[in-house]
Amino acid sequence: MTEDVVNVLSEFIAKDILKQPSRKINPQDKLISSGLIDSFHLVDLALFVEDNFGVHIDDAELNASVFDTLDELVALVNARKA
Amino acid sequence: MHEKPETLTFCRALQHLYCELPDRIAIYLQHAGQADRLITYRDLIHGAAAYEHALREQGIQSGEVVILILQHGSDLIFSFWGAILRGAIPSIMPFLTEKLLPERYRADLASLVDVTRPAAIITYAEFESEVRSALKPDSSVRTVMVTKAVGTPEQPDFETFGGMKRTPDDVVLLQHSSGTTGLQKGVALSHRAVFNQLRSYSQVLKLNHQDVIVSWLPLYHDMGLIAGFLMPILCAVPVVMMSPFDWVRAPQRLLQAVSHYRGTLSWLPNFAYNFCAHKIRDRHLEGVDLSSWRAISNCSEPVRYESHQMFLERFQAYGLRPEALATCYAMAENVFAVTQGGVDGPLTVDEIDREVFQTQWLAKPAVPERPSVKMVACGRPIPNVEVRILSSHGKELPERHVGEIALRSDCMLTGYYNRPDATEKAFLDGWYLTGDYGYMVNGELYVSGRKKDIIIVGGKNIYPQDLEELAMTVPGVHPGRVSAFGVFNEETGTEDVVIVAEVDTDDPEERERIAEGIREAVTRGSAIALRQAYIVGPHWLVKTSSGKNARTYNREKYLAEIAGRPWVMP
Repeated sequence: MTEDVVNVLSEFIAKDILKQPSRKINPQDKLISSGLIDSFHLVDLALFVEDNFGVHIDDAELNASVFDTLDELVALVNARKA
Repeated sequence: MHEKPETLTFCRALQHLYCELPDRIAIYLQHAGQADRLITYRDLIHGAAAYEHALREQGIQSGEVVILILQHGSDLIFSFWGAILRGAIPSIMPFLTEKLLPERYRADLASLVDVTRPAAIITYAEFESEVRSALKPDSSVRTVMVTKAVGTPEQPDFETFGGMKRTPDDVVLLQHSSGTTGLQKGVALSHRAVFNQLRSYSQVLKLNHQDVIVSWLPLYHDMGLIAGFLMPILCAVPVVMMSPFDWVRAPQRLLQAVSHYRGTLSWLPNFAYNFCAHKIRDRHLEGVDLSSWRAISNCSEPVRYESHQMFLERFQAYGLRPEALATCYAMAENVFAVTQGGVDGPLTVDEIDREVFQTQWLAKPAVPERPSVKMVACGRPIPNVEVRILSSHGKELPERHVGEIALRSDCMLTGYYNRPDATEKAFLDGWYLTGDYGYMVNGELYVSGRKKDIIIVGGKNIYPQDLEELAMTVPGVHPGRVSAFGVFNEETGTEDVVIVAEVDTDDPEERERIAEGIREAVTRGSAIALRQAYIVGPHWLVKTSSGKNARTYNREKYLAEIAGRPWVMP
């Protein structure tokens, strides 16, 4: 399950946010603090999570201190689904 | 703005507002996750007086520059007006963002300090060491003041304020655009210039006491500083201020604020229309009523007809009125507005023949069955501004001929601060050359392109040479063999940045590594995300006869190549 979520999110980030479909995002890659995900795309990530996993991420949570890697994002999603 | 124009200064205007309207709300200050803070003119002046006091104690004199490195919030607001009360010259510098490398930020700050020679910098205690590490031992900066050390709000004693001795022609503030190049060119504005702009522009806007301005724009940019901060405060029109960071993470906040406070006026860069239309869901708009919005001015990047349509279609069901769509052509060098459209009547749309426009520099009305472009008018010059369209030889052109936009007004910059060389270059016979291309029809201005190489991303001016410098730091990339330019993105409504780099290697993996290195260097060095780092072999880049990098040709060649079209140098 967790692995599926990682894959779905990784594919979304590579294809729809970075527009580099062949790019591999590692679960420990820094996404926000590294600047990989531009602030203009944080809202896309939140909407994608909400539409696909039914989990709401508040806009105040869209920063590196709440989650910065795919692993951390998946943990957040799983915690809220439980 | 009740005092006579001959003697009016910011400090005198504040004194008047403080005496006449102490309980009037000046600002509704929003922070995500917190209750809105209401700031009256009394609160504003008391908060500013504490900063004036601290600046005075630190020996900051009238006429000295104070740089503010603060995020959205009351510290930024109070310190700005505190510097004004002191008679000092405030200038707001963007705060360090997560993705920008601290080293790069320090280098930008150092280049700003070198040219502007500020006496003080105000920042947060947590950021003090960052700021200090950017300063050289012989720096002009005598004080790095931290917000925590500033006392509590206090009663003002206007007669003791250095600001009361400033005269209308003194410089009141500096505005910088971003990046190393932009930070070295501070636009210096006088009290008189700002008031002349506000008097003229508020008349065109029909600004009145029923108005409420709603803004998420950053204050280091002219649109946010003038339209979203100085104009409302000096004209006693309340402003709802939200953080650009909060808006970009939840764009619905803008519409919710308009609905809640019955907002009437906003200014937005073109991309924001697309951004709101695409990223706001119906569930964010429950109970939202936009019928109070009377003028939303598209400003600071090229206005797209499609962006307006998209915005209107998305939000009309929530009370957005078509006649609320407005446009503005503005620049810091003119304080702000040059032209304004859409307040008196609907916006004019001029449908022109695309090919004639591109090949003959003529905006000829479209004829059926030929490709056309819909141009949205930026309106007429505001009453104190004259606009001319000039040929490449500096001659005034007739209607519908495309040329460089030049302007003359009584609200022009005093000069680029400490840069007489740059100031002199900007004018031709008393006319300011904007570096933008456009044409006039029936007294209305249409902005159609740019002569200067600036790239505008989300309303922010980016100098391509800054990005090229960053790309050249990547191993395998050579000086002079890089070209950066903007490419319009239909979906986002703004420009994407592309960098083309010539490399010697044919190895695809090595090329991929270089491309990734360029992306990383540019993002961390400029906070700009590249659309593409396009790696090519030797002799790909087009050079002009002067040997200089010809960005326009490289852009065309790139666009042809990725579309699989042949391209020949014109």
